[in-house]
Amino acid sequence: MAAAPIVEIDRVSFGYDASRPVLSDVSLRIAPGSVVGIMGQSGCGKTTLLRIVAGWLKAGAGTTRVLGEDLSGLDAGGIFALRRKMGMLFQFGALFTDMTVFDNVAFQMREHTDLPEELIADLVAMKLEAVGLRGAAQLMPSALSGGMARRVALARAVALDPQLMLYDEPFTGLDPISLGVIARLIRTLNDSLGQTSIVVSHDVEECFGIVDYVYFVSAGRIVAEGKPEEMRRSGAAFVRQFVRGETDGPIPFHYPAPEYAADLAQAGAGG
Amino acid sequence: MAEIARLLQRLGEGATAKIWRLGYAARFFVYILLHSGTALRRFRLTVREMYFAGVQSMIIILVSGLFVGMVLGLQGYDTLQRYGSSEALGILVALSLVRELGPVVAGLLFASRAGSAITAEIGLMKATEQIAAMEMMAVDPVARVVAPRFWAGVISMPLLAALFSAMGIFGGYLVGVQLIGVDEGAFWSQMQASVDVRNDILNGVIKSVVFGIAVTWIAVFEGYDAPPTAEGVSGATTRTVVTSSLAILALDFVLTALMFTGGSAK
Repeated sequence: MAAAPIVEIDRVSFGYDASRPVLSDVSLRIAPGSVVGIMGQSGCGKTTLLRIVAGWLKAGAGTTRVLGEDLSGLDAGGIFALRRKMGMLFQFGALFTDMTVFDNVAFQMREHTDLPEELIADLVAMKLEAVGLRGAAQLMPSALSGGMARRVALARAVALDPQLMLYDEPFTGLDPISLGVIARLIRTLNDSLGQTSIVVSHDVEECFGIVDYVYFVSAGRIVAEGKPEEMRRSGAAFVRQFVRGETDGPIPFHYPAPEYAADLAQAGAGG
Repeated sequence: MAEIARLLQRLGEGATAKIWRLGYAARFFVYILLHSGTALRRFRLTVREMYFAGVQSMIIILVSGLFVGMVLGLQGYDTLQRYGSSEALGILVALSLVRELGPVVAGLLFASRAGSAITAEIGLMKATEQIAAMEMMAVDPVARVVAPRFWAGVISMPLLAALFSAMGIFGGYLVGVQLIGVDEGAFWSQMQASVDVRNDILNGVIKSVVFGIAVTWIAVFEGYDAPPTAEGVSGATTRTVVTSSLAILALDFVLTALMFTGGSAK
């Protein structure tokens, strides 16, 4: 029998207002120890899905269970308690700009534990060593490149060894080397620390390279799911268009507009 | 007719939005007070913010105080000597500063120097997802970011007003006594005899505390409520300076009316 899933989302819907649903009827299960990708176009609802898992947004319908807890039954204190078992890497790192790299990584240890400073120094050194930036401990975030900042943010996110890691577009805006480094770190940290990870991304190659399973989201619905190699061979129109980056397909090239000829005729008549 | 209805509707909507925002700001204020435990228990966090809000505002406060006092010396002497009472210059300078100019001008300077900085910093922390990251690490940003800045402002403001007044009196002394030649003994002794600790100094301190609360509250609220864009943060910073300046002047009138009328005025 398979172990109980770390994240279980059952028929979840969400919308900021009733007329524009962002997610409709989404269900997924994430097994412990796995790295799962959630892929789709910008604005398709994948970051919203991540925020629901983090307890940031409350689903309008359906149930969300994270690390065994039903999120709908938790108050703010309960969500905070649950988040201490989670880590999140933000799109651009979101490092605290008024603190050094060291203090950024030490932040949660100082806020949530009574560990003595010497022990915190050792732990921070270990975390920074894991991302290859022990030598940058005393730098300010403004002195770091985009890729380095993302690695420090990663060290900060895993500071208290979370069971579940959430990655929000971890590859955006990185050069190929940094991109490879981050991708490898996501996989090795997941496996060596015994975590479970959710990677929200639209970078096909990097994402396929590290995930065990992938869900495709389009217009707020899960349209395909499977192992990366299955997705590569998939005949589903959306997956084909997305994986190959084709201009036209189920996702049209043109934004909805009136008939082109009619539009030109009207412009001509108006002018 | 429809035009008037639309106008009334817009007016009503505008007023409701303003009142709603005021209510939101009031709830935020209570939330800060309830979540001040960290700021007071780990007082180092507040002291650090006092350095940014208070210590770094000292230069502008001291220089402005000196010049305001020197102008008071010149203007006061010019008026007083017409009535042959130029030795009362010390009283005039001290009372003007301690009762009014100290708290008010220091408050205005504090709003534009420290208030704007607090709003911009919190607004940018929000825009760069630092506030969100903190929430994700199960740390309440109001307790960790907002409350220390709030208390730092509330503590710094009366100290800055006191420095402003002291510097102003020194400026008045420089111009009145050293430059113009008002009798030094009369300048200090009349001041000492006429400035009352409770009526004048304490009331001035109360004013500066109230201004400190108002300015810092506005600054942290605007920063925390700023839309997370460049435009949003710049708008919030402007609103902090405008709103807190108006609040200081309006509160000053109310406080002065309460403090210095009804027979207690000397």
